[in-house]
Amino acid sequence: MELADIIVKFILVVIIFAISLVVAMYSTYAERKLAAFFQDRVGPNRAGPWGILQPLADGGKMFLKEEIIPTNASGFLFIVGPSLAIMTACIGSAVIPWGQKLVIGAHVIDLQVADINVGILYIFGVVSLGVYGIMIGGWASNNKYSLLGAIRAASQNISYEISMGLSIIALLLVTGTLSLREIAEQQHGWHWNVLYQPVGFILFLICAFAETNRSPFDLPECETELVGGYHTEYSSMKLGFYLFAEYINMFISSAVMVTLYWGAYNYPFMDTVAASVGPNAAVILGVVLMFAKIFLFIFFFMWVRWTIPRFRYDQLMDLGWKTLIPLAIANIVVTGIVITLINR
Amino acid sequence: MNTFYFIAFLSVFFSILVISAKNPVHSILYLILTFFTFTIHYILLNAQFLAIVNFIVYMGAILVLFLYTLMLMNLNKDSEQPKSSLVKIAAVIGGGCFLITIIAAVKALAPSDYVVLKDTNLGLVKNLGKTLFNEYLLPFEVSSVLLLSAMVGAVLLATKDPKATA
Amino acid sequence: MESLSNKRKEVNNKPLNFLERAYLPAIGQGLLITMKHFWKKPVTIAYPEEKREFSENFRGMHSLKRDENGKERCTACGLCALSCPAEAITMTAAERQPGEENLYREEKYAAVYEINMLRCIFCGLCEEACPKEAIYLDGDIVPSDYLRKDFIYGKDKLVEAPLNQ
Repeated sequence: MELADIIVKFILVVIIFAISLVVAMYSTYAERKLAAFFQDRVGPNRAGPWGILQPLADGGKMFLKEEIIPTNASGFLFIVGPSLAIMTACIGSAVIPWGQKLVIGAHVIDLQVADINVGILYIFGVVSLGVYGIMIGGWASNNKYSLLGAIRAASQNISYEISMGLSIIALLLVTGTLSLREIAEQQHGWHWNVLYQPVGFILFLICAFAETNRSPFDLPECETELVGGYHTEYSSMKLGFYLFAEYINMFISSAVMVTLYWGAYNYPFMDTVAASVGPNAAVILGVVLMFAKIFLFIFFFMWVRWTIPRFRYDQLMDLGWKTLIPLAIANIVVTGIVITLINR
Repeated sequence: MNTFYFIAFLSVFFSILVISAKNPVHSILYLILTFFTFTIHYILLNAQFLAIVNFIVYMGAILVLFLYTLMLMNLNKDSEQPKSSLVKIAAVIGGGCFLITIIAAVKALAPSDYVVLKDTNLGLVKNLGKTLFNEYLLPFEVSSVLLLSAMVGAVLLATKDPKATA
Repeated sequence: MESLSNKRKEVNNKPLNFLERAYLPAIGQGLLITMKHFWKKPVTIAYPEEKREFSENFRGMHSLKRDENGKERCTACGLCALSCPAEAITMTAAERQPGEENLYREEKYAAVYEINMLRCIFCGLCEEACPKEAIYLDGDIVPSDYLRKDFIYGKDKLVEAPLNQ
């Protein structure tokens, strides 16, 4: 690997990090603003014009607040919890292809940090690791509400991981590869996977809601039952990390959904566009469209949050085990049969 | 090779911590780290699929369940029953036998050459799948039946006795 | 029993049919409803900048009125203080000196007139009791403050601004 390549990769990593942090930051603002619009309110409008400096004010508040570590908490793990949460949230973006390859002179810039050939499984592994941040934090707080929140999070994540994995398997039958780059390339033009796997997409969407602990599956942090859930004892920036991790998770899972099902950076008539405005401009347009799709999904996450009330715990488990898993298995079987019939 | 020795040292180190940690939850966390070093071993061997499956299944699912059960248990010191001397003697004898076996095994071991992979791409998903579903189809299917039977057994254990409820 | 309001609804616990049990159509309906609200004008307002119109019989901060010549109407009779159920009003009367005829309408006027806004319940009885039509509760909402003593409003805050100024 040349030095120039390493520098380009490094810059790419920094940019992706910065983007995901900024998106997460402004998701908090967007969430409050959208919540206001859905409830016929105005929303935060004090910090800056239309309140757009609100995230900075929130961040400043988080940093300046007093740090409290409960006496009986296990000190080191109490700090490890939120760090792990935000770390697992951030590293998921490494394998997502943000766009096609840019060609500048002799250099080919790959808009993807790492093209590993088990990309989907990597994402899956990172998601499954995400629960540790919550569990360790919840346990280390030495508080029964935190512990209950942590336990809920663990059982919820494990249950929904299964149907998520099964829905991905049906997708893999269609694509025949585990590499996210190849999956993205296969959806060239308008051959988006959601057209071939609508049921799989809906299953994946529901599971994504559950994995990111978003409403209607936000039982680990449900205030009415568990005070604050797993972050009851947390204050200052450690609490901020937990809240932030949720928004980064939302961004990453939206990006994964767009990559897997909604054609990643592809758009209809992309070849004609590339021919008329030049390849690099077309690539950049693809990146912009990808982000537009991601933001649409984030909007959808918030839209659902302000529409659907929280599930009861037994309903959550019923939905996961008795509905989603059988549906996912049926989806795999049907997909398999159709593929064998077509290929014969 | 140096990376290997470093990671191997870490695995041994963390596994010793697993058994020496006083707090069961801490020992589970060390176990997670141990499994993570195993994942790195797999990556060093270019077995990406195994690495990631180890990551997902062991780190991401099984150990979460371990942690889950441990968190629900009452880990107070006073609830622990004092061990009887018989148990202690049995443990000493068992441990001693294990030690002797290990020493004998190490003594009998001749220094071997480095294991060199004939095909470095063996661990990639495609090759792994072809091998599994061609050469080893029968063992693969049999093992899946084994897992199924374990699952059925778990369901049987978990469901209540219909007579008791009626 | 016969319904008086015609708003009564029969409740029935029919088992859900398949579409209802599938839950997704219901979610779609819910999403549509929230989407409708998304485009609606907010019903709330950005308060200190925008204000809602008060209703006609709104009772806010008191004001001591002047007559058409700009003289204070209050004659310090004390009927408002007497009628006040919260005992929020105190006053000290004084005699009008020669040369002050353009300031006070009657020979007697209130040298000190204080209303404790923490005691006041804005019932409007002072307004009713006043024989001189000198006090009205036609002002704004009483603003908040930090100290108790700042809620005792004197004549500087209560008397209407003089005419032609």
